Amino acid sequence: MSSADTETTETAPEPTDDLRAGVLAAFESELGDAVVASHLKPNDDLWIRVSAVAWHTTAELAKHKFGFSWFDYLSAIDWMPSPFGRYEDAEVDTPLAEKLNQPYDLETGVAGGDTRFQLLARVVDVRNRHVGVHLKSDVPDDTMTMPTWTKVYAGADWHERETWEMYGITFEGHPELRHLYLPTEFEGFPLRKDYPLLPRVVKPWPGIVDVEPMPGEEPGEDEETEAEGEA
Amino acid sequence: MTAVSERQQLQYIAGQAADARVNVELETEGMTLNLGPQHPATHGTLRIIVRLDGEQVVSADPVMGYMHRGYEKLVEVRTYPQVTTLINRIDWLSSFCNEVPFILAAEKLMDVEAPPRAQWIRTILFELGRVSNIGLFLGEMGLQLGAMTAAFYAFRDREFVLNQIEAVTGGRFHPNFDRIGGLKDDLPKGWIDETKRVMKRMREFCVEMEDLLVGNEIFQARMRGIGVIPAEVGLSYGLSGANIRASGVDWDIRRDSKLSPLPYDQLDWHVWTHPDGDSFARYWVRLQETVEATKIVDQLLDGLPSGPIMAKVPRIIKVPEGEAYVETENPLGAMGYYIVSKGDLGPFRVKIRSASFNNVSITPWVLRGVYVPDVITILASLYFILGDIDR
Repeated sequence: MSSADTETTETAPEPTDDLRAGVLAAFESELGDAVVASHLKPNDDLWIRVSAVAWHTTAELAKHKFGFSWFDYLSAIDWMPSPFGRYEDAEVDTPLAEKLNQPYDLETGVAGGDTRFQLLARVVDVRNRHVGVHLKSDVPDDTMTMPTWTKVYAGADWHERETWEMYGITFEGHPELRHLYLPTEFEGFPLRKDYPLLPRVVKPWPGIVDVEPMPGEEPGEDEETEAEGEA
Repeated sequence: MTAVSERQQLQYIAGQAADARVNVELETEGMTLNLGPQHPATHGTLRIIVRLDGEQVVSADPVMGYMHRGYEKLVEVRTYPQVTTLINRIDWLSSFCNEVPFILAAEKLMDVEAPPRAQWIRTILFELGRVSNIGLFLGEMGLQLGAMTAAFYAFRDREFVLNQIEAVTGGRFHPNFDRIGGLKDDLPKGWIDETKRVMKRMREFCVEMEDLLVGNEIFQARMRGIGVIPAEVGLSYGLSGANIRASGVDWDIRRDSKLSPLPYDQLDWHVWTHPDGDSFARYWVRLQETVEATKIVDQLLDGLPSGPIMAKVPRIIKVPEGEAYVETENPLGAMGYYIVSKGDLGPFRVKIRSASFNNVSITPWVLRGVYVPDVITILASLYFILGDIDR
């Protein structure tokens, strides 16, 4: 799945999606260059990536001009590959710091991305078109600050508090950024990929260790046979 | 960044300390009432700090996290089939409904579609979850207002639905029955007839609740005009499900999502709305929704297609790279999973959009200015489940 450029919106001959293409065109004409990239999956979903500066304007446009009145959610994605993998090779003796400072390639998903953290939000037009749009925006690595949505969508309040405590992204203009789930004195940002899931670090996951191969199956190098898929 | 937030935190603590002092000295200026974390009115460990001026609420501040289990972190180290075990525990009164959007999202990424029979049985179990979940609400709402009887009736009749769910899945509360590509098993023998009987019984239960509660004068006095949420406010807070339909927004993902493979479009049913937006409207909409759900189940049982219940999927499930979001109309409201896959055995990132989180986020707004007993009414009528807030 590759992200399409701003202009080329899936010119494949098969399905076309006038509804979502119209939404995309509307955002593009209003925001201009602030729409960094977009991806349209016909009859499925639409992703629009806007610049960090235009994050607030996008919300205002979406709500007041395009009728996306329903706030679905706001969260973030940490695109750094986990330095601990999936904790399958949990070696008790390897110091965490050694794993942490490895260089990595940033590999982002739909509609691309240039920074490690990316905001992700979804708003829906529930009254007329019944169509939702995913909005993304790269969070500047140096400031880790984004404009708040709370003045546009009141429901963004708690979502931004959660994103702040889980990812350490500050929302400028948010009335009260304090912990939502975690204790007040909590240190660190748990949903960041470099925040270790300690129970898996101190003890190898038994599901990986004691799984036996299925009858008539080679005990190959692929150890993860505990995936209980049933054909 | 941290300097600002720490200052804000200190201010907050100072504010609380000041309130506590006011409390101790028994001055009449205001009072802080701590509802919960262990309070029968809060359905679990939701704590609400309410500041009062006399009998009126000046501000209400929900404090969550007593049940935060960190599912979004935990699923990152699990394989796709293992995830459903966890997410069963989000909304524990209708666990099967939690699995469906996740499985649909994974299927979407894999480009697998479950066979029709599987989709129909999924929908049946989905709606049974709705009946058992909201059926409990219908009685429990009375309990919050002091009418014990209704709650016992609800617990009694919910059991019949749970028995049906158990007969198929083996689990009363946490079925873990949905699989990528279909379902674990087919329906047992004789189940269809029995379920029809149960649905009839649940319709009678709804009538019973209507007789017991809806017509009751005290019930109406406690509910009507209490906790009014205008549609625009509800939308901007992200309210969903019956909460937003009670504010007059005619929107149901089951009907309006053209993307869902679940066969709701082949059935004859109705989405009920109420223009008032108060606690009574929320109750009334849920009552109608339960009746509709029983009708949906009846139609699904009648038209159940034959065929396999599992599509061809590899035994070790690797989901191709991509991102997908699927949202369904769960009993509590819109629930969705945003899955980011990197082509691995497990997801790279899963954002769980749970209904109660948004539904409860409106409480600071809606509780402002109400009287203390109405706090209980409003919280109960918003209907949340703690696991669905804290995840």
